[in-house]
Amino acid sequence: MTIFKLAVRNMLGAGLKTWLNAIVLSFSFVAIIWAQSLFKGMDQEAFRSQTDIAFGGGQYWAAGYDPLDPFTIQDAPRPVTGKLLELAAAGRAAPVLIVQGTIYPNGQIQSVLLKGIDPAQKILTLPTRLLMPQDHEIPALIGTRTATSSGLKKGDAITVRWRDVHGMFDAADVVVAGIFETTVQTVDAGQIWLPLEELRRMAGAPGQATLVTVEKGFTPSVSEAGWVYKNIDFLMRDIRDFIQAKTIGMSIFYVLLMALAMLAIFNTQVLSIWRRRREIGTMIALGMTRSRVIGLFTLEGSMLSLLAVLVGAVYGVPFLASFAVHGWKLSPGQADQIGLALGNTLYPEYSVGLVIGTAILVFAVTTVVSFLPTRRIAKLKPTDAIKGKFT
Amino acid sequence: MDNGTIITIRDLTKIYPMGRTSIRALNKVTLTFAKGEFTGLVGPSGSGKTTLLNIIGSLDVPTEGSAEVLTQNVGQLSHRQAAALRNQHIGFIFQSFNLLPVYTAYENIEFPLLLLKMGAAERKQAVLDALEWVGLADRAKSRPSQLSGGQSQRVAIARAVVKRPTIVLADEPTANLDAENSHMILDTMESLNRSLGTTFIFATHDEKVIRHIRRRIMLVDGAVTKDEKAGPPVKPAGRAT
Repeated sequence: MTIFKLAVRNMLGAGLKTWLNAIVLSFSFVAIIWAQSLFKGMDQEAFRSQTDIAFGGGQYWAAGYDPLDPFTIQDAPRPVTGKLLELAAAGRAAPVLIVQGTIYPNGQIQSVLLKGIDPAQKILTLPTRLLMPQDHEIPALIGTRTATSSGLKKGDAITVRWRDVHGMFDAADVVVAGIFETTVQTVDAGQIWLPLEELRRMAGAPGQATLVTVEKGFTPSVSEAGWVYKNIDFLMRDIRDFIQAKTIGMSIFYVLLMALAMLAIFNTQVLSIWRRRREIGTMIALGMTRSRVIGLFTLEGSMLSLLAVLVGAVYGVPFLASFAVHGWKLSPGQADQIGLALGNTLYPEYSVGLVIGTAILVFAVTTVVSFLPTRRIAKLKPTDAIKGKFT
Repeated sequence: MDNGTIITIRDLTKIYPMGRTSIRALNKVTLTFAKGEFTGLVGPSGSGKTTLLNIIGSLDVPTEGSAEVLTQNVGQLSHRQAAALRNQHIGFIFQSFNLLPVYTAYENIEFPLLLLKMGAAERKQAVLDALEWVGLADRAKSRPSQLSGGQSQRVAIARAVVKRPTIVLADEPTANLDAENSHMILDTMESLNRSLGTTFIFATHDEKVIRHIRRRIMLVDGAVTKDEKAGPPVKPAGRAT
């Protein structure tokens, strides 16, 4: 208690110096929370977008299907039967047939993935209702990225060529029934969505699908022969790894910030011990043990981190709150460059754990950094210290 | 301890290594001090006064011989035991006051009592009394930078005596003060010596101090050359007001 009282007195007595240190340290504290919350927000948004538009509550993949291996696409489709068929019929799952194809926009050849999906499905938030058959045209749905790369507009007709399950080439004209905008590139870039039954007919694969996306909250109770269930964790793995890599990259930024703040504290402590050596000698002469003097100086340093948390709260709370409301607006196309399914505004995701964790981190590191220089006190000869000498 | 002896020094030698050579600061000093003495260690610079004072104050240890302070052999004390001895029984007054700069006069005087873990009410009364003794009750909230040299040294005296130590060690207490302040300080210490029975040992070569002390120990080149007693130790006569 005595040490605490003395530490408070010393800090208050040091006045401006104390406040300057606390302000520098608080920058690190707020910056870490800001950066961490931003990445957490990116993670959450990517997860939301991906599950809403692409992954639902998980997917059954036809055995042999590997989205990273184009050679598996041709042979992967298999009949949707049993439990999966029941789920699809109940509107709890959406089978998707994937066929490799080619389009010829503006006289150029462009590879695409033709994806057949039930226009009435409600598992994904894609506007598939636009694929409802109209007249005798085959309606097609494309994303803005595909529209941009191919120069297609709503109402345009385009010739599509594909190979059916027997390896035979065939072609047909489809009409762009709608162009949707999405943050998820994997359902947009180089893809043309068609009515499932139409694509099955075109590919000669009646009743077949490459994958079946199930509703959110789905628990796989039975295994279907020839189908492999991929849960959300598996499907999001690449994205999470990507975010983790970005987070590590960003960590370097706040490690640097922390290092700067810690250097300031270390420096202050070293200077403080040098400048206050007469004071230290006096304290020892008055009966304070060296370990208590070390404790006092270390406590002063750690209390700086507590003050930094308070100072950080003063400007950090309004700043972070405003950031949570307004987010970080990205310039057009910047979200795609990041490589994640992100909107044009990034919103942070705060948590009590993040704030407390950061406070503990700052406190722990500050305490260690404050302690290190104080070890010199143990080597200080009080008779020299009283006179202001260092030995 | 015989005849009220509280400090016994026998064949005390202190040698400081200085690179390849060494300096003999004290050479086979033998002395005793009784309770209530008002004694001066007198001698030129480098004669070993401060070294002797530091060893008595358990801030330093002898190279040879022994220094027994209140039955404790200073050379054999651990850091913690030495700190306890200083904390409970010894007060220090330094040439350059050595007040803690960020504390007020009140807080400086309170410091040793905090280390003694004295209760808040008792502590407050003791500090106010000490401020009263040295005539600085109205400067309790002043920081050292707001005090004159004389006032600072009076705060240092109050800090040294507030815990009612058995021994007060004063190293050149008047060296940084003018004549008027020096006399005021010496009068204050003499008054405390008489009223509290505290043993005062000075290290000095200041004539003003030498005129006040009642026992004069002359040190030259680390050895005692003269030990004159000008009067008997003062018996405690109650508390100063």
